[in-house]
Amino acid sequence: MKKPVERIPVQKTYKLYIGGAFPRTESGRFYKVEDGRGKLLANMCQASRKDFRNAVVAARKAFSDWAGRSAYNRGQILYRVAEILETRRDQFIAELKSQGLPIAAARDEVDQSIEQLVYYAGWADKYQQIFSTVNPVSSSHFNFSILEPTGVAGILAPATPSLLGIVATMAPVVCGGNSCVVLASETKPLCSITLAEVLETSDFPAGVVNILTGTRSELLEQFATHMDINAIVYCGDDAAELRVVQEGASLNVKRVVHCTDTTPTDPYRILEAQEVKTTWHPIGA
Amino acid sequence: MAKKKKPTLNFATDWSYAPAPESTDHVTIENRYDLFIGGKFVPPSKGNYFNTINPATEKRLSSVAEAEKTDVNRAVKAARTAYDKYWSKLTATERGKYIFRIARVLQERAREFAVIESLDGGKPIRESRDIDVPLAAAHFFYYAGWADKLEYAFPGRTAEPVGVAGQVIPWNFPLLMAAWKIAPALAAGNTVVLKPAETTPLTALKLAELLRDIDLPPGVVNIVTGAGNTGAALVNHPGIDKIAFTGSTAVGKIIQKAVAGTGKKYTLELGGKAANIVFEDAAIDQAVEGIVNGIFFNQGHVCCAGSRLFVQESIHDELIDRLKDRMETLIVGDPLDKNTDIGAINSKMQLKRINAYLKIGTAEGAELYQSACAVPEKGYWCRPTLFLNASQSHRIVQEEIFGPVLAVQTFRTVDEAISKANNTPFGLSAGVWSDKGAKVFKVSNKMRAGVVWANTFNKFDPSSPFGGYKESGVGREGGVHGLLPYVRLT
Amino acid sequence: MISFSMPASRTHPLAEVPTSPSVDQTGVEERVARFKTRSIKENAKMGALELILSMIDLTTLEGMDTPAKVRQLCAKAMHLHDELPGLPQVAAICVYPTLVGTARNALTGSGIKVASVATGFPSGQMPLKLRLAETRSAVSEGADEVDMVISRGRFLRGEYTYTYDEIAAVKQACGDAHLKVILETGELQTLDNVRRASDIALYAGGDFIKTSTGKVQPSATMEVTLVMLQALRDFYRRTGQIRGMKPAGGISTAKLAISYLVMLRETLGQDWLTPRLFRFGASRLANDVLLQIAKQRTGVYQSADYFSEA
Repeated sequence: MKKPVERIPVQKTYKLYIGGAFPRTESGRFYKVEDGRGKLLANMCQASRKDFRNAVVAARKAFSDWAGRSAYNRGQILYRVAEILETRRDQFIAELKSQGLPIAAARDEVDQSIEQLVYYAGWADKYQQIFSTVNPVSSSHFNFSILEPTGVAGILAPATPSLLGIVATMAPVVCGGNSCVVLASETKPLCSITLAEVLETSDFPAGVVNILTGTRSELLEQFATHMDINAIVYCGDDAAELRVVQEGASLNVKRVVHCTDTTPTDPYRILEAQEVKTTWHPIGA
Repeated sequence: MAKKKKPTLNFATDWSYAPAPESTDHVTIENRYDLFIGGKFVPPSKGNYFNTINPATEKRLSSVAEAEKTDVNRAVKAARTAYDKYWSKLTATERGKYIFRIARVLQERAREFAVIESLDGGKPIRESRDIDVPLAAAHFFYYAGWADKLEYAFPGRTAEPVGVAGQVIPWNFPLLMAAWKIAPALAAGNTVVLKPAETTPLTALKLAELLRDIDLPPGVVNIVTGAGNTGAALVNHPGIDKIAFTGSTAVGKIIQKAVAGTGKKYTLELGGKAANIVFEDAAIDQAVEGIVNGIFFNQGHVCCAGSRLFVQESIHDELIDRLKDRMETLIVGDPLDKNTDIGAINSKMQLKRINAYLKIGTAEGAELYQSACAVPEKGYWCRPTLFLNASQSHRIVQEEIFGPVLAVQTFRTVDEAISKANNTPFGLSAGVWSDKGAKVFKVSNKMRAGVVWANTFNKFDPSSPFGGYKESGVGREGGVHGLLPYVRLT
Repeated sequence: MISFSMPASRTHPLAEVPTSPSVDQTGVEERVARFKTRSIKENAKMGALELILSMIDLTTLEGMDTPAKVRQLCAKAMHLHDELPGLPQVAAICVYPTLVGTARNALTGSGIKVASVATGFPSGQMPLKLRLAETRSAVSEGADEVDMVISRGRFLRGEYTYTYDEIAAVKQACGDAHLKVILETGELQTLDNVRRASDIALYAGGDFIKTSTGKVQPSATMEVTLVMLQALRDFYRRTGQIRGMKPAGGISTAKLAISYLVMLRETLGQDWLTPRLFRFGASRLANDVLLQIAKQRTGVYQSADYFSEA
């Protein structure tokens, strides 16, 4: 006879992260994520086109305020994400491990994610100083070029690394004042929603980062063609997928970023979702 | 009660200006131009030529070769060979010296280029002489100096050339756009195949002569003339590493789609529908001048033209009175006359398009106003035009007309102006007029546009980046930012 | 009911002067550059040169001026260059008040007007009652026109009511004589000040506004003149009254004067292209214009040796 267990663990429901809330997919659909031995880890929401649309609306709504925050504030919030990720380090390691990553690799991925957040937190109030210019025009005008966020970015995160892949693409995008909608790794999605919990407790305004789980093949074209997305970050090396993204992007002249490696830290990543604005003003008394 | 007559100004003056045509002596235009490939002028493979005409007289100026696929292929091969064998092996300093040479010789031959630009494109000689040609030379001079300083342009990175750049340019600033494209490409170490617009190929071909004369190594710059098919052949050529296009948003989207999956880099400089916002505290006479420069410069054939005027309601009438007065002094006519302010519309097709919008605007209920000036009988002309009482929902407000046609709307508050200005898929440029610094900064900051002219309009400089947000394009031209599209960073 | 016994409050007429629009210097410079690129050839040039001659206030304002000098100037005014028949006359002779009588006599029957500077020219640093007395004296000596100076120090202190009042007072002292108000733009420093001073001068009754005394650098520039022409235009649009403009000092070549005419034409139009409403205050301009006219008529480049000095 089986001995009664002392305590039944309370299991987590993984939902979507849209506009600072954790709704279930409006479609009611789910897909199973199992560990290597066939044990069910979670029923993930299979986000629909409508969920995606709602996420873009939330991102657009959040954009203006986020872009208008001081660089210092954006840096602090990114740093706050790193702080909270650090405090929940073990949870992320366990989650990565449960999805099949060896413990050392899991540890390394979480640590790298934290480092990247700290790295971009530090860039928030500096990249402008590196990439802006004062332009010595020949006429009697003061002329300067500064960077401004492109707008709403769609991020198709890589299958792996499933946590770092999101952090390394999302952090430079939001560091630069954009808002975004992320489609998480389809096969290893757990950390994405746990990361959403971190974001939600880190002073990020609602809607700046929205995270969906689901099937890439179903949502790829939606991401590529949505007319209110200004930039799209595609992670992966599937030529057919990339083509869909690039073709769809032409509908509203999206900026397309193809990211093949999420490991390096790089301020030029911030630049990829920035617009250069040049302002002229006469000089006179 | 009899209404008191409103005091008006009369610009039909007894004393006015006699014709002052720029001389066309010392300007030679060949009867026929071949393709410039591998440092030589070579005939097109199928032997087809098309005419380029003077839009002010409708007379033929010359015949120009039509490049077929095989010709484009030859040009790309020449560019590749030049890149592999010579240009990529040349030291950056020497590369720069070639570009400096282009700048200097362009200055020496400035008048010739200016006259041909006005003959072929219809723009007033004042503009080609004072703006297009000097700016083109300045562009080469500016980027020449970058050639051996690229390590300072991209901190923490090494800049490598992309390879062969395919460049397609429009008809509104033919030589200047060639300079905008060629100068940074060469400076960064690329070789070039350039396709000028079919209505304005002559200054690019003159530039080809100049490049030959200064001994630029064969194949470093190749110039293939033709229309859309030639452009498509260039864009779709597998040997091209980077596409740079300036033109309409519609064609830009086709190009973006065409290069999908090819790995080609691209920059697009597309259409616009710029808001020019005048607040009640603006320096009103200078604002009027800015409005005029904004929409009537180059016949309004300007992607960044200030084609949507937003006037704060409290000064609307006063401003429109002054604008109308100013419009009366604009001289429309012979592009070669030094006093001409507005030249010929670039082509019959473009004139048709503009005239269609004049009908559309009237049908939509906006109030058409044109200055009283006379226009010549032969040639393509459009008087400076206002549409008063226009609305955001009018097509004349939403669509790029690319002519001397200004849609006028009013607003009451700063936020309303910002919101209306940004309410468009375009985002190339914007104008803000106010005497209050804080307001200027706020509004400039809120404009979703790549260039903001505050208390000025339509100013250009090689050191100043230019390019659009949203559907107005991808990438920047000019300044250090203009180098980025022509390098691979490692 | 409570009634306040207060002195009947009289709003100062300055309150009637509308707020002056701000002026952007770079924008003005750009506009002026456009005027200068106008190419004036052939008939247009000849027309311009003759118009310019007719608009000149031939001027001598030296401490060493004597009746003999003024008589020579008047002779020049009446015989600009007799070898060139059919030339228009200059508009006026401009002298110090003490020499008005001399000029008046010398010009008898010529139709050329006598203008006198007054009001403590050129600095204006003199008690107002003396300045008014000087004005009345000049008029009584026979001046048709009075060129007054404003007190720039008071203006720069922001005492605009003073500026208004002094102009109004001089205007009254002028009687029937025409009043030109010299703003001395070289001391006002900014175009915003030039615009404000122009507006005050016009509303206070100045018949002309004038840039400079010629004693301060810079004197007339096209930039300040443009701003003043715009003030004239706006005054006309608001009140229906047409007033005149006189740039003075520094305009010594026909080429530059033609650019001024271009600016006048494109800013105010037909009604102002007359010596009744536009004058050049100049001592050397006339001969350069004559040289150009001779060149136009003969086709041969000219030498100053063949044109009499004033």
